[in-house]
Amino acid sequence: MKVHGKVIKYGDNIDTDVIIPARYLNSTDERELAEHCMEDLDSSFTSVVRPGDIIVAGENFGCGSSREHAPMAIKASGISCVIAVDFARIFFRNAINIGLPILECASAARDCENGDTVEIDFDAGTITNITKGLSWNTFPFPDFLQKIIRSGGLLQTLKNDSAGI
Amino acid sequence: MAMTMTQKIIAAHCGRDSVGPGEIVMAKTDLVLGNDITAPLAIREFEKYGFDKVFDRDKIALVMDHFTPCKDIKAAAQCSEVRAFAGAYRISNYFDVGEVGIEHALLPEKGLVGSGDLVIGADSHTCTYGALGAFSTGVGSTDMAYAMATGKVWLKVPSAIRFILKNKLGKWVSGKDVILHIIGLIGVSGAQYKSMEFSGDGLSCLSMDDRFCIANMAIEAGAKNGVFAVDDKTTEYEKLKRKRSVIYTADPDAEYERTFEIDLSLARPTAALPHSPGNTKPVDDCGDIPVDQVIIGSCTNGRLEDLANAAMVLHGRRVNRNCRTIVIPATQQIYLDALKMGFISTFIEAGCAVSTPTCGPCLGGHMGVLARGERAVSTTNRNFVGRMGHPESEVYLVSPAVAAATAVAGALATPEKIGVV
Ligand code: SF4
Repeated sequence: MKVHGKVIKYGDNIDTDVIIPARYLNSTDERELAEHCMEDLDSSFTSVVRPGDIIVAGENFGCGSSREHAPMAIKASGISCVIAVDFARIFFRNAINIGLPILECASAARDCENGDTVEIDFDAGTITNITKGLSWNTFPFPDFLQKIIRSGGLLQTLKNDSAGI
Repeated sequence: MAMTMTQKIIAAHCGRDSVGPGEIVMAKTDLVLGNDITAPLAIREFEKYGFDKVFDRDKIALVMDHFTPCKDIKAAAQCSEVRAFAGAYRISNYFDVGEVGIEHALLPEKGLVGSGDLVIGADSHTCTYGALGAFSTGVGSTDMAYAMATGKVWLKVPSAIRFILKNKLGKWVSGKDVILHIIGLIGVSGAQYKSMEFSGDGLSCLSMDDRFCIANMAIEAGAKNGVFAVDDKTTEYEKLKRKRSVIYTADPDAEYERTFEIDLSLARPTAALPHSPGNTKPVDDCGDIPVDQVIIGSCTNGRLEDLANAAMVLHGRRVNRNCRTIVIPATQQIYLDALKMGFISTFIEAGCAVSTPTCGPCLGGHMGVLARGERAVSTTNRNFVGRMGHPESEVYLVSPAVAAATAVAGALATPEKIGVV
């Protein structure tokens, strides 16, 4: 699988309260959630984001609450992948479980800038910054997590094979 | 292989003699928790994939605590969805208005979680039950749906950081000050993906309520879980709840990534300044910080001892006219106990608003949302941008005693500063 889009860049410790503020958690509608994605941090996000765009951020992305509404809002905004130095652990598992692609790559997180065009080849594990002519290799996830991603999410794995994983 | 306490509990729940850090395992859960925000999503996924059985109707807890009593029509719709599911699957531990308390205070109180258990919850502060010597951790709604169907969860076995607690806490210093100090020390991602294991002879001076508060905020250091060694206080507590305890102890030669010695006698009343729980400072060094609103409550500090500390400070005093003060007992039982002990009259006579149990203001939901430019001092656990209301409002995190003193002073203060001895 390959994705391709422009970089939208944020800093360290982006918490789930700014990804989707709690005042909107009275809904589970992903389109509604997407309308408020990043609102308290970056009010231009929803008007700037285009399908395929890539969020690039620093350390501890997605820290804070367990709300799955956060990766849902990001996914429904059209974001094709989040690249960060690292992820807060509940966000990490939520993203995998709902099939939002995420990658940990400190050098890409450092060198990609707002507006750069980036292409990601998940099978080869490469991130290419077309604007800057740079590219990076990422570590593949363990087989177990790849199986979840390939199936399209955790529940689908159970659906495919009632023995689960 | 030598294991930490957390690794032992995980190994026991996946039928293995040992597990090592980094391994991914499928583990059995003793309890699966969801609330009025996260359960509707889990239920929707559960139904979308066509599951029609839960693994064990006694091992699922559904707690309607965040936006209840329902703040608006959408919140009401979410609760009614969960209510219908609980009815259809005859979930034994469904808690609604009148019976409900904040989940992480309620489940230990009801004896639904205990030492040696493996608990997952679609709520990040599920790590609270580590106070009892359980492995408990926050997950997402999809994990919750999967666990409701199978009774299982995938886990990456964590490595651990050890905190050896020494000596005793001083007056007006509590578990909240200890955990704020620790988060300030190691940072908000200082325990990322890891366990925080608490032991040492300082444990004996920490009440169960102190331990719940400390374990509760392990997530604020990025930890997967926080867990306390089991001692007499734990077993005594569990006896009262008629909960059987299974005690796991860390191997003496277990490997820890780091070890910190924390001298409790040096801990001071501490605040976390906006907008990070890691941005900590002793309250005495914070200078003059006028405050518009004080919140005493939440899964961190809405327990009986927290209310007792606040009542001791507020007894015979009035809260400052410019400082709205809201007190929220975390469960109905705590509310009732506080009423019997006279704390509730103390609060009302001091000019506080007292509310039925709810998460409410902690997440900017209802019951005390902040306007632009307002500042709150709160006993909750997060002070992120916009957490309690307008993105340009501010939250300072403190202990109940400091919150109560602040309410009287109308500005951030310790009990000593307002003359409570
Ligand atoms: S009191 Fe606050 S932190 Fe605790 S469960 Fe409720 S919303 Fe979450």
